[in-house]
Amino acid sequence: MADTIIFQSLPPRPAPVRTEGLVPWIRSNLFGSVPSAIATLIIGGVLFYFLPKLLNWAVFTATVVPNVDACRADGAGACWGVIAEKYRLILFGRYPFEEQWRPLVATLLLIALIVASCTRAFWSKWLAVLWVIVLAVYFVVMAGGVLGLSAVTTDRWGGLPLTIMLTTLSMVLAFPLALLVALGRRSSLPAIRSFCTVYVELVRGVPLISVLFMASFMFPLFMPQGVSIDVLIRALAGITLFTAAYLAEVIRGGLQALPKGQSEAAASLGLSYWQTQRKIILPQALAMVVPGIMNSFISMFKDTSLVSIVSMYELTGALGLALNSDANWRPFKLEGYIFIVAIYFCFCFAMSRYSLWIEKQTNKSRLR
Amino acid sequence: MTTQATDNIIVFDRVNKWYGNSFHVLRDIDLKVKRGERIVICGPSGSGKSTLIRCINRLEEHQEGHLIVDGTELTDDVKAIDRIRKDVGMVFQQFNLFPHLTVLENLTLSPMYVGKLPKREAEERAMTQLKRVRIAEQAGKYPLQLSGGQQQRVAIARALCLTPKIMLFDEPTSALDPEMIKEVLDVMVELAKQGITMLCVTHEMGFAKAVADRVIFMDQGQIVEENTPHEFFNNPKTDRSKDFLSKILGH
Repeated sequence: MADTIIFQSLPPRPAPVRTEGLVPWIRSNLFGSVPSAIATLIIGGVLFYFLPKLLNWAVFTATVVPNVDACRADGAGACWGVIAEKYRLILFGRYPFEEQWRPLVATLLLIALIVASCTRAFWSKWLAVLWVIVLAVYFVVMAGGVLGLSAVTTDRWGGLPLTIMLTTLSMVLAFPLALLVALGRRSSLPAIRSFCTVYVELVRGVPLISVLFMASFMFPLFMPQGVSIDVLIRALAGITLFTAAYLAEVIRGGLQALPKGQSEAAASLGLSYWQTQRKIILPQALAMVVPGIMNSFISMFKDTSLVSIVSMYELTGALGLALNSDANWRPFKLEGYIFIVAIYFCFCFAMSRYSLWIEKQTNKSRLR
Repeated sequence: MTTQATDNIIVFDRVNKWYGNSFHVLRDIDLKVKRGERIVICGPSGSGKSTLIRCINRLEEHQEGHLIVDGTELTDDVKAIDRIRKDVGMVFQQFNLFPHLTVLENLTLSPMYVGKLPKREAEERAMTQLKRVRIAEQAGKYPLQLSGGQQQRVAIARALCLTPKIMLFDEPTSALDPEMIKEVLDVMVELAKQGITMLCVTHEMGFAKAVADRVIFMDQGQIVEENTPHEFFNNPKTDRSKDFLSKILGH
């Protein structure tokens, strides 16, 4: 009885080294080790030297009004006025000025469709129908010639709408093509295997710019008199075939990484080749190469800028168009480029964020 | 040939197979398996035991001789292969479950797409098989969330979902931790009691003694000895079998 020990709790003590707050954060993250401290000092020094100059140019002495004289004044910094002055031309290229609501509406519609396609709630059979409808509306609105819309030929399409449309259609067309080529390279039929290999090696062996060049200038030479295929379609075909070759190799990487046992198990269960690919092999292979696929798409998005070589003025081409022909504003090309760089970045960043989300979705079955 | 099919569900008639040009992996295999017979195949690694049973559902092709499964000869005829695969279930050493599908989806896949069963019926059948291997409560999980023994039992249930006439087991316990081997063997013993034709490549001699009607010992691509388990273990006929048994039963 008398031996019962009375429990007494120890009073809480503060941690010996503080781990919260600003100073400890700086100490552990910026000066955690000697190399880290040196790197921090170097980067800090560079920022200290350049940041004020940059801010001065971009903000404090910048001109925002679209006035050439103000931009040319002594000591004037960035001339953002060039964007206010030229944004319609940069964004829509040579599309007739009064009709530019049409590419705006069509492109917003297309973007809405893409966002819907990326959202889980919309994943159903109806999405395919929706794509057909939206694309039909898109081309009617863009090309006109019916419903009281004036006709606009494709060589006048341009700017951001053209960039987005080329990217979207090439993605949609290149992806299934790449799947077939990737599967074809692993086919047991030698004819199919060599055809796919030759295709991939040929396309990868030449620069996109020469593919576009050939599509635009050489292809018509081989066509019979009177038959001509729209330059837009030829450029689209060029980009699609080019992207599909790279994409096919990315996908093949995923196929190679799957253990052979997966297709053997599917075969032993009586699944046919296509059932096996659709239900077992591709879902796993594609999930593994999501970053690579998105990489291809992002680089293709930026590669569309090369179509200006065949006189199609997408976003980059339209910027040149807007500024080269105007001697007053030509000196402020840099500001114009910063503007379109920001646009490109927004799209690419959105794509890479979406890719991360997809990765998380596909990794769910791997979580223990 | 066709009359034999009624009692012999599998017939190997002088079957030969090579890997590449030089490796003669199956040499003049003659083997008849009766309906409902339970056969254990053993032998040193590289002796062709796995290749032998993988020929039965055409995961491997034989190049010479005849192989007849349930009255159908295996040739390049894809339709015949599909038909035979519906009647032959297989369990692999590495389980080979589909990691991106849940346990239930692993089981319903083939009945739905090959057997053309409606989803609800396929799920009912899947649950029946999961209960049979005593793992029904894991139906909603993904394979990688299960232990090795549980995964292998799911794999057995998956093969059973097509209601096969023949079950092939390719070293089903070799990739398992020792304490998980028993739960898989228990399921297999139960299955053996239910009269399904079984061919099992395994080194589990206890299992062979308990359920096998016949033990087949292979070495260098040939069937060296066929015998009842009792005779094979107590009174092996060839020096090669004696040597093999002394090695695996040595401890």
